Amino acid sequence: MKRLLRYLKPYTKECVLGPLFKLLEATFELFVPLVIASLIDRGIADADGGTIWKMGALLVGLALVGLVSAITAQYFAAKAATGFAASLKHAVFSHLGSLSFSARDALGTSTMVTRLTSDADQVQNGVNLTLRLFLRSPFIVFGAMVMAFVVDGRAAWIFVAAIPLLSLVVFGIMLRTMPLYKKAQAGLDGVTGTLRENLNGVRVIRAFRQEADETARFDAENDALTKLNEFVGRISAAMNPLTYVILNAALIVLLHTGAVRVNVGSLTQGEVVALVNYLMQILVELIKLANLIITMTRAFACADRIAQVLEIKPGMESGSARPTENAEPLVSLENVSMRYDGAGGDALSGITLSASRGETVGVIGPTGCGKSTLVQLIPRFYDATAGTVRIDGVDVKDYDLAALRRRIGIVPQKAQLFKGTIRDNLLWGDPDATDDRLWAALETAQAAEFVRTREGGLDAPVEQNGRNFSGGQRQRLTIARALVRKPDILILDDSASALDLATDAALRRALRETDGAPVVFIVSQRAASLLHADRILVLEDGRAAGLGTHEELLASCPLYREIYDSQFPKEATAV
Amino acid sequence: MKKKADSVRRETLKKVLRRIAKYRGLLLLSLLMAAAVVALTLYIPVLTGDAVDRIVGKGDVDFAALLGILVRIGVAAGLTAALQWGMSILNNRITYRTVRDLRADAFRKIESLPLSYLDAHTTGEVTSRIVSDVDQFADGLLIGFTQLFTGVITILGTLGFMLATNPIITLVVVVVTPASLFVASFIAKRTYEMFRLRSETRGKQTALIDEMIGGQNVVQAFGREQKTLETFDAVNEQLRKYSLRAIFFSSITNPSTRFVNSLVYAGVAISGALIAIGGGVTVGQLTMFLSYANQYTKPFNEISGVVTELQNALASAARVFDLLEQPSEPSDMPDAVTLTNVRGGVEIHDVSFSYRPEQRLIEQLNLSAQPGQRIAIVGPTGCGKTTIINLLMRFYDVTRGRIEVDGVPIDRATRQSLRAGYGMVLQETWLRSGTIRENIAMGRPDATDEEIVAAAKASHAHSFIKRLPQGYDTYIAEDGGSLSQGQKQLLCIARVMLCLPPMLILDEATSSIDTRTELKVQGAFAKLMEGRTSFVVAHRLSTIRTADCILVMRDGHIIEQGKHEELLQKGGFYAALYNSQYAGTAR
Repeated sequence: MKRLLRYLKPYTKECVLGPLFKLLEATFELFVPLVIASLIDRGIADADGGTIWKMGALLVGLALVGLVSAITAQYFAAKAATGFAASLKHAVFSHLGSLSFSARDALGTSTMVTRLTSDADQVQNGVNLTLRLFLRSPFIVFGAMVMAFVVDGRAAWIFVAAIPLLSLVVFGIMLRTMPLYKKAQAGLDGVTGTLRENLNGVRVIRAFRQEADETARFDAENDALTKLNEFVGRISAAMNPLTYVILNAALIVLLHTGAVRVNVGSLTQGEVVALVNYLMQILVELIKLANLIITMTRAFACADRIAQVLEIKPGMESGSARPTENAEPLVSLENVSMRYDGAGGDALSGITLSASRGETVGVIGPTGCGKSTLVQLIPRFYDATAGTVRIDGVDVKDYDLAALRRRIGIVPQKAQLFKGTIRDNLLWGDPDATDDRLWAALETAQAAEFVRTREGGLDAPVEQNGRNFSGGQRQRLTIARALVRKPDILILDDSASALDLATDAALRRALRETDGAPVVFIVSQRAASLLHADRILVLEDGRAAGLGTHEELLASCPLYREIYDSQFPKEATAV
Repeated sequence: MKKKADSVRRETLKKVLRRIAKYRGLLLLSLLMAAAVVALTLYIPVLTGDAVDRIVGKGDVDFAALLGILVRIGVAAGLTAALQWGMSILNNRITYRTVRDLRADAFRKIESLPLSYLDAHTTGEVTSRIVSDVDQFADGLLIGFTQLFTGVITILGTLGFMLATNPIITLVVVVVTPASLFVASFIAKRTYEMFRLRSETRGKQTALIDEMIGGQNVVQAFGREQKTLETFDAVNEQLRKYSLRAIFFSSITNPSTRFVNSLVYAGVAISGALIAIGGGVTVGQLTMFLSYANQYTKPFNEISGVVTELQNALASAARVFDLLEQPSEPSDMPDAVTLTNVRGGVEIHDVSFSYRPEQRLIEQLNLSAQPGQRIAIVGPTGCGKTTIINLLMRFYDVTRGRIEVDGVPIDRATRQSLRAGYGMVLQETWLRSGTIRENIAMGRPDATDEEIVAAAKASHAHSFIKRLPQGYDTYIAEDGGSLSQGQKQLLCIARVMLCLPPMLILDEATSSIDTRTELKVQGAFAKLMEGRTSFVVAHRLSTIRTADCILVMRDGHIIEQGKHEELLQKGGFYAALYNSQYAGTAR
């Protein structure tokens, strides 16, 4: 939480003025019983109509000043809270942008989204309420006590006794029920989970005739939740009655003490009424305070989670080397191993591979064998744990990160497009690209045809995540996006999987004909996509199981043979 | 239109009443207690006022009378507290048990609903009806109702006590009060627009965050961090502005109504004091008025809140009842046969089927599968291959014609026994949250450990299971957690392998699984199919070529039917499909 306070700093003025005006309002509220006392003792007792009108006008005046102070306070509190939340979100979003891939892997996408949305909202709400109430409520409670002392020192001791008792009940019950409510929420999550599971798996459940079992399972969870809810309900329902009893006990004692004091002439009737009024003010504020504390605890927890995100180190230092001479080989991996953070084993071990300009390298192997990991080392999305990755003979760790990545066009497995237009998306590759270049890239990516037929062409809208395009179209657009930058190194990470074989073949043909002779890395599950590569690396469990041309591997690498045979059954060739 | 909505609401209300009829006694008791609590709560200020009147001045204190009053305050307070607690417990019980009953009913409904309903409604939609709508319904209706009841009694009681004491001061209160309601509704109307703008912008921001965080890898690969941040900041600033306005305007409501309340208070103080001079009221009665005035607007504000709450609750209730009243799958015929020792002969006679009457789908389908034969269903994605599965398993009933198993029309057999005859492995694997063992034993909970391991071995799942941290006792979440797609599929096969039913429905995976696991899956499939009648949604050439019959589907229709060679010779759609998809790859 402390870490986050600096985002509140620009709003210091609001943070001071907000509570200050709130205190002002509270002060005026505290005067009301005194005004009533003098209304009774001087106005009624002396039958003085003038005083009554004066006091009445004073009440209205106090209310008016109170209203103005309160609205001013609310404004400052809202301004500080929303401003704080906005700066916080900016900080988190920008921090997430600077995190390395492995740092983000550890976080997970949904976590990051939650931190930026609901957690930030909770914190905003917490700041807002805290600024408004955190000083006000205790101030009224103690203010009422102080005022009681002003009215009558002896009677005020009843307040000194009642306040801790009331606090004990209010906060005690709150502390007791908070963890229970959390448990009840978990129970509800369980019920929801079973429900979702049954909806998603309805076919399997019916096929295996599990309806009765599932119902029993659900009933057990449902009943447990109900019991827990009733239990928590019983405890929290005790708060109002208990405080009510304490308050009225205090009232009885107060009235009796007051009577004795009035009888000897050290207190007036009006002052007794004032004391009763102060007593009533206390309870209302204590309950507000209890609710505020619940909100604050929640906000603190959220703030902590956000602070944790901000504390994550970006995890990768950029070097300073700039692109140099055209040294060959353009890309080389020397005895490279890589282990993901927290993983039990290496994702890659001892890989050596190099590629010169104009060459195509294929990478094939079962899922989880490290194909994607391998190509992600080249743009330095991850760092190798051992060995070196070099571009133009320079270790990628020494490279200026932005300059390095600018030379590489990568087409990730997941075809990710962004809201905007087709042009917007393509310009990600190179913001200065001309329309001619965009069209050329689309042609090569086999995407020109469907873009042309879309209404608006390059300006056709792309919805969130590109969901208004089919999987194959999305893939081709992401390929075009990578081509727009005229990369020295082009990486296709299993990015033709949604294309039919004919399009895939046309794409590969077009890629071979592109000028600039980039090094092309093609990761694929399909042997057909790699047949014409200059070199094919066969990976199994992170190790190289073979390296060579298609023909060489067919002869020498059993795993490659197995993969090939499963995709090109001999009987098919016979037809 | 409005009338119709009203009558729907009335209908819903009736159903609600029927629902809680079970708790009629408790509810009545709770209302009686609420009335008593309100009366007692209002009575205490009267007593306090009385007490104040016994404390007039020096030497003018009536201790004997005061003591009596104080005792009465004590008794009243104790009684109120006890009643209040009892009432809350009763209300909790009614609410939570209604929620429980509704959820239990809804769950049973889900287990018996026809697939057509579940296919047409998303999981999220149905879940939200059973989780949040039920909550809203119970909270809103029961608590809202109690609050409304209490509020009304409080207002009436307050008015009664006040009128009995002094009509003129009461008039002052009654005249000023509507101002409070007016102010509240005025602000609420203004605020609504702000809140709408805010939630719209917030939605925009969430969508942007979702997209950018999800695509962060691409953002970094293309060095777009700065640009993305700028886009984010623009929305962020917009949201800040709208939030500020929404929060500020809504937070004006409280001070404003408090201000109106203060005006009532001042009005009572002035008029009361003036009347008191003339002896119209005592000082004690004035304090009673003041303490009433202090809280008088509260029930009004609460009631206006409760009314919207009640409307929402009724809308929720309507959604819940809509689900509960959906017709279940027609139950088995009274004389339905329990299929036993199924041999696996499946006959399809003149079957027609469509999901929607206006869209014809399967027409006049005839097929005869002898026990042990293999039927391959082939076609491009989205051609309706799952429709056949739906009909065979009786997830849907045929529109015309009939399907027979071993000569028994399946609509004359019990669903349970029919489904027991089939083993089903779908491409979309589904595992229940639980241990691996529980998942494999789903179809035969009484299976021994040896049988489970044997089934796992037969389906090539054993080797990866035993490498898991807790082996067969490893707990997996609903989506299968860290298991790969192929591993999940192997588990689903093991599940069927354990039961070894006479008929199979298999859905071969498309290319996304990696090759080696796929080989295992295929091997497991082959083992499973030995000697069993199988319907296979096929992608593998070997499966198709060896099938006894191929159904070729396109756009939901079965357009060709026959053996591989026959269909090739025919030179139709199948031949074209075959040549482009399979033969073409093997240059």
